[in-house]
Amino acid sequence: MTTQHQLQGFARPDDFYADLLAAHEGLTKSESDALNARLILLLAAQIGDGEALKDCLKRAKAVG
Amino acid sequence: MSKIFETPLYPYVRSVDQDAGEPVRHPVIIVGAGPVGLAVAIDLAQQGVPVVVLDENDKVSFGSRAICFSKRTLEIMDRLGCGDAYVNKGVLWNVGKVFFGDRKVYDFNLLPEDGHKRPAFINLQQYYCELFLVERLRDLQAEGRPIEIRGNSKVSGVESRAGGCRITVATPDGPYDLACDWLIACDGAGSPVRRMMGLDFIGRVFEDNFLIADVTMKADFPTERWFWFDPPFNKGQSALLHKQPDGVWRIDLQLGWDIDKEAEKQPERVIPRLKQMLGEEVEFDLEWVSIYTFQCRRMEKFRHGRVLFAGDSAHQVSPFGARGANSGFQDAENLVWKLKLVLDGKAPESLLDSYDQERVFAADENILNSSRSTDFITPKSEISRIFRDAVLDLSETESFARPLVNSGRLSMPAVYDGSPLNGADGAELPVRTRPGAPAVDAPLAGGWLIDRLGGSFQLLGIGCKVPDSLTLCGIEVRGLGVAEPGEALAARYLGEAPQAVYLLRPDQHIAARWTGFDQDEVDKALRRALGISEQDQAGEA
Repeated sequence: MTTQHQLQGFARPDDFYADLLAAHEGLTKSESDALNARLILLLAAQIGDGEALKDCLKRAKAVG
Repeated sequence: MSKIFETPLYPYVRSVDQDAGEPVRHPVIIVGAGPVGLAVAIDLAQQGVPVVVLDENDKVSFGSRAICFSKRTLEIMDRLGCGDAYVNKGVLWNVGKVFFGDRKVYDFNLLPEDGHKRPAFINLQQYYCELFLVERLRDLQAEGRPIEIRGNSKVSGVESRAGGCRITVATPDGPYDLACDWLIACDGAGSPVRRMMGLDFIGRVFEDNFLIADVTMKADFPTERWFWFDPPFNKGQSALLHKQPDGVWRIDLQLGWDIDKEAEKQPERVIPRLKQMLGEEVEFDLEWVSIYTFQCRRMEKFRHGRVLFAGDSAHQVSPFGARGANSGFQDAENLVWKLKLVLDGKAPESLLDSYDQERVFAADENILNSSRSTDFITPKSEISRIFRDAVLDLSETESFARPLVNSGRLSMPAVYDGSPLNGADGAELPVRTRPGAPAVDAPLAGGWLIDRLGGSFQLLGIGCKVPDSLTLCGIEVRGLGVAEPGEALAARYLGEAPQAVYLLRPDQHIAARWTGFDQDEVDKALRRALGISEQDQAGEA
């Protein structure tokens, strides 16, 4: 079994969630899609590590 | 004045072979006088192997076609005696600009690494590339080397037999048969030899058309590479502008799949597009226009008995990254030394299977890179376009995003990791010069390392003595000692180690390396690089 990477988690979860929704407020679907794409790229660059990124992709795909 | 590519360079001349009673047998026949066929022929002839090159026409490449030649290609050309001709004629560039929609998102300077004889790459029309090779071939002929080129000689039949091939050659005087020990098919992506042998050519089809226009600018225009994603003059597609010698600029316009090719090639359609791209005030002449499509695919195997495939006949890539002709030259250099040793009886025929293994590995790498570039340039789904556009939008202000922008990853020589020919790897020596890698150039007193390597097996001793000459397995291994390495050589070959010994193959690739000289170790690595199996060695003992 592969071990999952330990995620940092959130210091202030409600604040982040509110910021995320606020960032999308008033945007059309395509503007929101573009914002999400930019956000994913920035967050991925913040993580950087290839294994951690693969792990995130796997975990995201495993749900839903 | 007619253009270079409209002038017969090797017109048909009746050969004495056509009047022989029986098919004349040649050791090596090469099909195709494109860049790869000519490189194979010159390399073999320089080593004294008689070669006959057959080409279906008598001219160099029609139009500019391949225009970017990499450092590795220039190093190979140095060994073939054409390096200076390429570099003297070629155009050097370092600045690139990336446009997205109607704006420039960023520019870059390649800043190539110091301490190399040759630049990262040059731009040169394929017809010059072939012309210089034909001129070299003529020089070799004048020196009495056994090399011959036959124009208007189309191979119309191939019969592969044990120990050789029988081929039929169609000429203006009618057909004749030839025999050969080895047939090298360098006859391009549509390879008639491959088709006649009924061999596969499988891969991914990209449904896309590209318009190439070569234009001569009437005024100064910067020597830069400009790449547009989704420009206003070519909505939803891409465009590339790149300089060639003689004041010619290459323009590539992606057109998509569902187009009327003939209509798109007409000047009244092309010129307004170019004016939109270059600006209304820029004056230019249209030199050559063509439309091409591409696929990413390869043969399952590049060796079929006594028939060897090299260049586009064996593998085809998208043009992004200049991985076509450049990888073809690497096929040529990989193949020739092995064939020479097999012809001389110094290596088992199975050594040629390593040509297949190493170059299939390289072709897969090239196909992977060029497919990824194509996927970035032409997104295949809504979400891939969203990500592509996000990368480009970010690239304007965020430098982290720029490495994700993929308008072609420039051809780099393959490192044959995992090749059965690779021998020992000394611990803690630099990664870039590991076994399987091509030698990395560095300055030496009074010249360049790369000029001192190649053509035979060699030992390179850095900070460590190696014999000037050793004979092992019936092969002379020359020695090159560098007692006091310069900074670049030390960084590239020693790392933290005080000394190192490298065994290099005739194609300048590294076979094995150690942190000291041990003749038994060299012998072992040489046998491995010659494809002499341990079973054979046991048999000898």
